[in-house]
Amino acid sequence: MTTTPNSARAAKDVEKDASMRKQKAMMAAHYDRLTSAPETGEKVCDTFVPGNLNELIRCFDLVNNLPEVNAIQSGLRRLSGGYVMEAEKIGHSEDVCTYVKSDIGMMAKGNLAPNGKPFPVPDVLLLSYTGCFTFMKWFELLREQYKCETIMLHTPYMGDGKITPNMIEYMVKQLKDEVIPKLEKISGVKFDIDRLREYLKQSAKAEDDLVHVLQTAKNKPSPIDSYFGGIYYIGPIFGAFRGTDDAVDYYRFLREEVDQRLAEGKGPVTPDGDMGSERYRLVVEGPPNYTNFRQFWKMFYEEGAVVVASSYTKVGGVYDFGFRHDPDKPLETLAEYCLNVYTNRSLPMRIDMLLNYLDEYQADGLLINSIKSCNSFSAGQLLMMREIEKRSGKPAAFVESDLVDPRYFSAANIKNRLESYFQMIEQKRANSRAVA
Amino acid sequence: MSMQSTTDIVSRATQLFEDLRFSSAREWKAAQDGRKVVGYLPIYVPRELIHAGGMLPLGIVGGGDQLEVIHGDAYYQSYICRIPRSTVELGVSGRLDFVDGMLFPSICDVIRNLSGMWKLMFPGVYSRYFDVPQNYVDEIGGNYYVNELAELRHDLGELRGEPITDEALRHSIAVYNENRRLVRKLYAFRAEKPWQAPAAEVYVLMRAGLVLPVEQHSEMLKDYLDAARAEDRPRRDNCRVVLSGVFCEQPPLNLIKSLELAGCYVVDDDLLLVTRWLTVDVPTDGDPLRNLALAFLHHSESTAARYEPDQKEKGQHLVRAVRNSGAEGVIFACPSFCDPALLDRPILQHVLSAEGISYIAFKYAENSGQMQPIREQAGTFADSIKLWSGQ
Repeated sequence: MTTTPNSARAAKDVEKDASMRKQKAMMAAHYDRLTSAPETGEKVCDTFVPGNLNELIRCFDLVNNLPEVNAIQSGLRRLSGGYVMEAEKIGHSEDVCTYVKSDIGMMAKGNLAPNGKPFPVPDVLLLSYTGCFTFMKWFELLREQYKCETIMLHTPYMGDGKITPNMIEYMVKQLKDEVIPKLEKISGVKFDIDRLREYLKQSAKAEDDLVHVLQTAKNKPSPIDSYFGGIYYIGPIFGAFRGTDDAVDYYRFLREEVDQRLAEGKGPVTPDGDMGSERYRLVVEGPPNYTNFRQFWKMFYEEGAVVVASSYTKVGGVYDFGFRHDPDKPLETLAEYCLNVYTNRSLPMRIDMLLNYLDEYQADGLLINSIKSCNSFSAGQLLMMREIEKRSGKPAAFVESDLVDPRYFSAANIKNRLESYFQMIEQKRANSRAVA
Repeated sequence: MSMQSTTDIVSRATQLFEDLRFSSAREWKAAQDGRKVVGYLPIYVPRELIHAGGMLPLGIVGGGDQLEVIHGDAYYQSYICRIPRSTVELGVSGRLDFVDGMLFPSICDVIRNLSGMWKLMFPGVYSRYFDVPQNYVDEIGGNYYVNELAELRHDLGELRGEPITDEALRHSIAVYNENRRLVRKLYAFRAEKPWQAPAAEVYVLMRAGLVLPVEQHSEMLKDYLDAARAEDRPRRDNCRVVLSGVFCEQPPLNLIKSLELAGCYVVDDDLLLVTRWLTVDVPTDGDPLRNLALAFLHHSESTAARYEPDQKEKGQHLVRAVRNSGAEGVIFACPSFCDPALLDRPILQHVLSAEGISYIAFKYAENSGQMQPIREQAGTFADSIKLWSGQ
């Protein structure tokens, strides 16, 4: 009797559209490039998704490695649970961010990339400190292990809901006087601002197409799911590909694919194929759970619930309110990008953004997936929920899980809560009909 | 006038500590028309700016173990620390209804987000997230910070209805320099003779500095130092420890007492860092904002919320605290769910191990009630130091 390996069976079972396959191939190629760095001699820069400076990193021929993305990969491949426990075994508290612990645990267990080869030791840690304090501690922990150069780029928080000239000046000065000279030294490559401008131009093109794709969800039915599906869509631009020709090609391709779905009146693609009829349109706040990603998604599409907008797909950059990387002011635009990242926005700004989504995307309500690991997102979400309900008149619901710690994913609890929420939406609709 | 005893002084400080309606600050405000009170959370704000505006800086460090949190829990998930929920409780229960402004320093994501919550919940109160540089180069982080200070000074001037002058600011810097000198003196005295200045007493004295006008607090510190020097108190056969990780959410007073009862004299700590954040006198001539900024960049306490650019320097502040205070070990007491303290702890522990310094670790919450396990752990630690150190 022949048996199909689990991974092969899973791949066969899961329906993916062409863009998802393309995205997967891009990610795989990137991991191969990363793990081959010791042989190819390419230098590696570890950095974070929010506030990542991919265009700048590329100016120095550095390959970026993103620890959060690695933790997500470990979560999706059901490895993160073991890594988290490994980190706890060596002294990390059960209370803290599981991205960090997954990363530390992975290092303790051989530091293997998804292709099964070891991650290279980074040549530099570029600590883009945007929207999350934990990043700072995370890289202090990595620096202790790798003992390599660490560069801090501090992004001030938009506490008062605005970007001030002082913030931009501070960030540009850090870039000019610290980040760029250090990257030149580490890479041995002289900085060329025109090269940066070229990459920024490419970024803006891809950003245009990404925004177009995300905004197709304003249609009924929405051709995309902006949370679960959205995670595939943001992968290249939030990861290693912003500013590359590959990203421009990918987003052009994705745009055409989604436009085609729209023209055909189709809903989103789910792992079980095309979603049935759209019954509920939701805005989701907060990151997803990755250890049970497919199971979590299924709870939505089985009920005909589509996420039409989400805050998580703005965590690596907010583009849908007009910001684009601007080659005419290359350093200022990098600063502005970092400042604008979703989790670097004050709570009132986040509320306004979600209210805008509820309205613009004609959503039935707001769902918050509150993540134990992520205080940057989670602290204040209960007030956000109440405020949004009050101001929009639309129902909101709250579920809890974790990013990559399977111990905090309770399927029964979440399913229960979602079912009640959908009933609440139905009730609200019935009331509206009665009033009409 | 006869000298006050430590008991009298500590009794007054304890009353202030226990008063969750902040009566003394209310009385201060009521004593003169137009007075304003500006609250701030851990770990550091330049109180000189508030003082220079003729306003009272009011340190708010949560509700402790005596505040019943009724509303605050409805604002936070179970995995968020205690201090924001008890702070919200203080706010919604009206205990802070006399506070005109609130500053939320750059310490962690929870306090950061609380700044936005405060804007929504108390729209009539001036609320500001107070950002500080994580870059310590004069012309980069320094310039940024000078401009942030200027903005804060402008806002506080608007709050009181009159700009804050350089002259007033220089005077306030001098007043706080004196206060910090006295705090350092008290810490040095305790390190020398911890039986003469028990940790719980020093703690309530520092807490008094969060609610009293600084001039009164300085007097209190002087009085206590005089009284403590004059008294002869029994010396226990305790070991000497540095307490680390307690810089934001406060441990219950009983926890601090329990450590000493269990055999550990606390000879240094990172409690209430705002009282001694700047480690040298700030110059009182020249540009006061620049002076405050440069002092912040180059002469600040080290703590988890502050980036350490030099790997070799990471954790050395704790080693120095041990050496300078003659401590024999470190107790890491971190609030549950405190990201900065708990993420920093393993790095600090590695540094201590490399230096051969013993440590123990536990977690607490501001409302922890059960001290027996902590007492047992601290007692065992003290015994191990006493019995086996140096062998």
